[in-house]
This record gives sequence, C-alpha cells and structure tokens, in this order.
Amino acid sequence: MTAPVIEVRELTNRFGAQIVHERLDLTINSGEVLGLVGGSGAGKSVLVRTILGLREPSAGQVLWFGRDRAQMRDEERQRVERRLGVMFQDGALFSSLTVLENVLVPLKEYTRLREGFMIELARLKLALVGLPPDAADKYPEHLSGGMRKRAGIARALALDPDVLFLDEPTSGLDPIGATGFDQLIRTLASALGLTVILVTHDLDSVFAVCDRVAVIADRHIVVADAPARVAHHPHPWIQECFGGPRAARLPGFAPS
Amino acid sequence: MSAEFTWEQRDLHLRGHWTLEAIASLEAQLAPQPAAARVHGAALASIDSAGALLLLTRFCGDTTERIGFSPAAEKLIELIVARRATKVAKLPRAHGLLGMLERAGIAMVRAKNEALALLGFTGLVLERAVQVALGRRRLRLTATVFHMERAGLDAVPIVCLLSFLVGAVVAFLGATVLADFGAAVLTVELVTYSFLREFGVLLTAILLAGRSGSAFTAEIGMMRAREEIDAIRALGLDPIELLVLPRTLALIVMLPLVAFLAVLAGILGGALVGSLSLGISPGLFLARLQEAAELRHFFVGMIKAPIFALLIALTACRQGLSVSGSAEAVGRHTTASVVQAIFLVILFDALFAILFREIGW
Repeated sequence: MTAPVIEVRELTNRFGAQIVHERLDLTINSGEVLGLVGGSGAGKSVLVRTILGLREPSAGQVLWFGRDRAQMRDEERQRVERRLGVMFQDGALFSSLTVLENVLVPLKEYTRLREGFMIELARLKLALVGLPPDAADKYPEHLSGGMRKRAGIARALALDPDVLFLDEPTSGLDPIGATGFDQLIRTLASALGLTVILVTHDLDSVFAVCDRVAVIADRHIVVADAPARVAHHPHPWIQECFGGPRAARLPGFAPS
Repeated sequence: MSAEFTWEQRDLHLRGHWTLEAIASLEAQLAPQPAAARVHGAALASIDSAGALLLLTRFCGDTTERIGFSPAAEKLIELIVARRATKVAKLPRAHGLLGMLERAGIAMVRAKNEALALLGFTGLVLERAVQVALGRRRLRLTATVFHMERAGLDAVPIVCLLSFLVGAVVAFLGATVLADFGAAVLTVELVTYSFLREFGVLLTAILLAGRSGSAFTAEIGMMRAREEIDAIRALGLDPIELLVLPRTLALIVMLPLVAFLAVLAGILGGALVGSLSLGISPGLFLARLQEAAELRHFFVGMIKAPIFALLIALTACRQGLSVSGSAEAVGRHTTASVVQAIFLVILFDALFAILFREIGW
C-alpha cells in the first residue's frame, strides 16, 4: 500500500461549548474509495470541510500528501488544492454559467491551454460523468438533481485531481439513478486512479462502491474497515444502522 | 515535468508526463501531426484524461493500436474512447452583429410579452377583487391588516426621514437659485408645491417599491420555488385571493397614508432649513404655506398614490408568481420587480404631469 493521501491527526473541532470532534484520527490511502458514514449531526460535513481547509480546526493536524496543511505556504497550498476535487451536495454549480462554462472555470483559471482544446476537454469531462452532449449548454436550473450532481463531479474533475470528495452523491436520487451513480463512481475511481471520499447515508452505496468505511460517532472515528467487517462492530449506533431493516436486504451482509 | 514524443516512421513514442499541467506548452505550439499507425506508451511516466484527449485528438484515432501502455493508462484511454463515442452536435451560435440583432429582437419580444402579461394579471386581480366585493369570495382581513402593518406602518420612519432630508435639500436648492432674484422667500412655495404635488408620493412609492415590493416578490417567489403555491391550488384555494389581494389592498390603503406623512415631513424639512439658515421664521413659513397650499395641489398628489400602490403591488406579486425553480430565479425576479415597479411609477407620474397640465390643475 502506498503512502496515505490524507491524514487527520488528533483533530478537535469546537463550536463554542459544543465539541464536534475530539482527538479524531483518520487516514485515507491512495487509490481507495472511503465511505464516511455517521448519524445526522455527527460531524461528517464538518470533518470534510476541515480536511479541505474550508474550516480551521480548533486543534490537531490535517496532512495533505504527507505535508501539514497549516505549515504550507499559500503557493504550495494552492497547488495541492488543485489536486483535490469536491462535489458539493447539490452540485453547487455557478447558476449564472452554463454547465460547460462551469467546467471551464477551473481550466481557464489554472491552465494555459488553447480555448478550443479546453472546450474539448470540458466536453470530455461531461461525457465521462455520463451527461448527454446537449446538457453542456444548459443552465443548472434546467437540469434535474441527478444531472446537477453529475455536472458537479465534472467540474470537480476538470483539473484531473488525485482525490475526489463527494458529499451525499446519491441523496435525493431514485434507486435507479443512485445505482447508476454508484457505478459511475467505481468506473471513474478505477479508470482515473482516483482516491474517493464518499460522505453518505446510503448503505447501498457503501456496500456497492466503498473499499473501506469510516464510521463517525461520539466525536471520533469509531472504526474504519471493510464494509462487511464494520457491519459487525459492536458500537450501538453501528448496530442500529447496519442491523436495521434497511440493511437486511443488502448483499454480502446478513445481520447476526 | 514535460510531455514529449518522437516519431519513428509512423510509430509514435510517448515519453514523460502527459498530464494537464505538462501538456499546456506542448498543446499551445503543436503543429498538425500525421496520423500514427501505432502508439508506444511504455516510456510514459504518467498520463491523465487531458493528456489522453490530446493524444486521441491530435495524434491518433480511437482505434489506433496501442502498445506498452500500463493497465491503468489503458483503462483510462478505453473509458475516454467509450464515452467520447457519443458525438456532439454543435449548435450554431450567432456571433457579432447578427447575434446582437438577435438579442435585441429577443429583448423586444420579451418586453412586449411582459407588458401583456402584466395587463392580463391586472385583469385577473381586478376580477377577483370584484368577486370579493360581491361577496362571492372572502376578503382575507387578517392577512390584509398584517401586510398593512408590515408594508406600510413599518416603512413610516424611513420614508419620513428621507422626505425630511429631501425637503431640506430642496429648500437649500431653492434658496440658492431664488436668492439671485431676491426672492428667497419663495422657497416656501417651492417646497410646498413640489412635495404636495410630486415628491411626497413619488418618494414614498419608490421607497415602498424597493422595500415592500421586493419583499412581496421574494415571499411569493420562495413559496413558488418550494411548491407552496401548487399546494395552495391543490387544496382548492386561490393564490390570487389568498396572497395577491391582501397585499394589493394593504398597499392601496397604506401608500396614500404614508405619502401624506411624507409630505408633512418634507415640508417640515424645508421649514427647518428656512428658519435656521434662510431667515424665514416659522410664522412666516406657515402664513405663506397657508396661501400657497391650495387643496387642488394636495389632490394632485394624493390621487396618484393608490394608482402607484396598485402598480407596485401588481408588479411585485406577478413577478413573485412567475418564479420557477431555483433560488437564483427568486433573486432575478426580485430585481425585475423593483426595476419594473419604479419604472412604471415614474412613467405614470410623467403621464399624470401631462394630464394635470392639460386640465389646468
């Protein structure tokens, strides 16, 4: 196994008197698809935002590719940030731009390619995430929720990042759409050699795409392991979640 | 890091990093290349989708034989070949002069449609109002009073303050110009006329369009975006009766009242400036005011108030109801609502000015 892509060490996050994370450790290895699960309000989004540097941690370290984020100079941090792609929950597309222009934003900001090739590249990204060609010139409000999420991934992939963060990629999708999305994540992860961090509630997704699952509860990561093994962990939240009726029908797992 | 390639007859050998960062300089000065018969990728350090795209579009076709690529690179190229198969039909897009003409045409047609839609909406609301008057529909009294407070009463401080300041400014302006003719005392007439006839109601209307009109649009627009309007319809209720009529009525009642206060505040501002810096004592100001302020001036101003209120409320509610989908649309329609309402208010004010001049008021 190669060096970890992202390491979180002894992370503590506080909002006033409320402690969200306390001495939380997490390691994300290169090339894996890691699922981050936890109850609502357990601090999944805060953790992702802290890893991305959108929020300063109250204490502890976040390491990107082995280097402490807090120690990096602005220039280096920006360079590494380009290796991280993020899809926000509803795509977070810029609503004043067409889908194609959305994908072009990072390309225009960071590369010196010719316009024609840039557009070709952006169209390729849209094709990679499974959007039909005629979606390129539409505005985000004219797309369905699932298509907006796909477009969000296309924008996140614009700079060929090494790491892709996906926030609730299957929430709000019908089962068929969600299954399609799971396949898309697997395909992209393997073909583009991506490390994927998947924040999700969807147990189907967890079992379908994740190599490892990290469960966040009681202010830290309770366990991080293969889905089938995590399911048998004795922690009460995990038992309730993975042992519930919604989990019973999943392949590869029978409640004990 | 750089992306390199060499030709051996029709065999293409790739070397280095064919990644987004590295290909930029290569891509920028790449001369047209012959089509490769075979591509060798054994010496490649890395390749990403941008590099693969460059390879597939500039050097070889999708089916060209690839030799010595790593399994990961092979997988990447295969995926890109498969996904690129869905070809793009490019939409013809008008540029330059033609595009400008096209956009101008679209804007004209849209303006016409907007005007027609506003007229239609006015008719619809008036029909509902008549039905309410005939007792066939209910007047939502609680909602109406609520909006009277929020859109009217709550706006009184800001409207009065601004009118007071504008009154003071007009007085200063009058004094500056009129003093040259030795007629500084006519400042009283200037302030009185301008506020009774124009400024009182116009300032109020513009402020309420910005303050209450935008609120109407945003409220109704958000309800529309969250399908609450559809829920109202599905419950067999009428959004016009429930949402539009109370707001319209509230504004029609309140705008004249607020405008009246604005007139008082403006004249007060003028009087203050008059007594403090122009040497027109409050007693003199009042005496001249009584002479100057004929009742017809008051009516010229006040007749306009309910009309402006109707224009503002109808524009705001219609814009709110035409929101579709996203939060961004709410913002767009709120802007449109304020701009349209202020435009209509000033347009009608100008029309009224012509009318009153013709009938000699």
